[in-house]
Amino acid sequence: MPETFDKVQIQLKVNGKSYSASVEPRLLLVELLREDFNLTGTHVGCDTTYCGACTVLMNGAIVKSCTMFAVQADGAEILTVEGLERDGVLHPIQKSFGESYGLQCGYCTPGLMLSTYQLVAENQEPQDADIRKAIAGNTCRCTGYQNIFKAIRLAAQNMRGA
Amino acid sequence: MLSEMGDDAKLLAGGQSLIPLMKLRLANPNHLIDLNFVPDAAYIKEDGGSLRFGALTRHAAIEKSSVAAGIPMIHDCAVGIADVQIRNRGTIGGSLAEADPSGDWAAVLLTQKTEVNCLSPRGERTVPLADFISDAYTTVLERDELVREVVVKSPEKGSGGAYLAFKRSAPVYPTASAAVHLAMQGDFCKDAAIVLGCVGLVPVKAIGAEMELRGKKIDDNVVNAAMEAVRAAVDPQSDMRGSAEYKRTLAAGLVKRAIALAIRRAHGERVEVSHIYA
Repeated sequence: MPETFDKVQIQLKVNGKSYSASVEPRLLLVELLREDFNLTGTHVGCDTTYCGACTVLMNGAIVKSCTMFAVQADGAEILTVEGLERDGVLHPIQKSFGESYGLQCGYCTPGLMLSTYQLVAENQEPQDADIRKAIAGNTCRCTGYQNIFKAIRLAAQNMRGA
Repeated sequence: MLSEMGDDAKLLAGGQSLIPLMKLRLANPNHLIDLNFVPDAAYIKEDGGSLRFGALTRHAAIEKSSVAAGIPMIHDCAVGIADVQIRNRGTIGGSLAEADPSGDWAAVLLTQKTEVNCLSPRGERTVPLADFISDAYTTVLERDELVREVVVKSPEKGSGGAYLAFKRSAPVYPTASAAVHLAMQGDFCKDAAIVLGCVGLVPVKAIGAEMELRGKKIDDNVVNAAMEAVRAAVDPQSDMRGSAEYKRTLAAGLVKRAIALAIRRAHGERVEVSHIYA
């Protein structure tokens, strides 16, 4: 195993903003976001592709950013929790998580909100079974799923109205 | 590139198994060749009585494809693999090439007439899936060869199949899984294919159980005999997912349910099937 790696130049859009970075090919996407871009809203929970705390939206589809290399996001459009808010106004998904108390410690929340984002983009009237499937890859170890379901139902309802 | 880099190079498809394995240092390749930028490697096509899947076709694309749902068992499988995030990245070609004993696709596709088109500098060759997986995590792929396409022949009319995987939670591999495909004429079973996942080093083709069904009118006695044959055919390991005896019983139970679903589908009924959670 070599000790150092030649760096690779990549360009990507994160939350609508263009970034370029020079990264080792072994760098994970979540490390790029957190360490290089200082977007620490995307969390590292298990680092084993299980918990979903690192979930971000890439080109419209949620991915676990701990299970992708940063170089694989070259040319991609990424949305993280920091990009949900617009001009100081919280996204309806963020509002509904707050109003429904859909979080306890909050560690899983950014990932859950991005999973909600893809769900609501594909299905404006999700039933509980759809919600269950959509967030199956996001673990809340406070086990506050009742209120998370409430939050997602409310978000879908508010976004239909919007 | 693979031939130049030698044994230390690995192909990276969806990365949902390889990257976690690298983090655990169970895989430690010096070189990774990312296939994700290869054009035209992800597609689902219907072509002369077969479904053709590009090796880089994501599970999520298969889940959402009405073409792929032409073989309902394929939809059963795709819709329940791990979770949304993993289905958005993981690929059918990567899953078969990894040959994890707990992988979903191999068990499903072994009940169908499935071929794997492999590509190397020497050209292309077609390997029946039954010959493709040789051992746990081992395929017949040469070190400079990759999976290009997976071709599944559409099953005959009057047949039906179902895939059931039992999982403790979404992101983990199943504890046991069962794929059953039956060709029916009324209550009479003309042909049967039964493959079990997670209960051996490779997917287990339950030949004895198939024989119990083939050529018989399907009733409780026949199903019970098939379940006994399943228990005898599987060779599960006791691990954190359950004891060997538990998995034997689970596999037989899944086959019983899958037989019932396969018969309903063979008779033309539309049934929604997905993985089962503990």
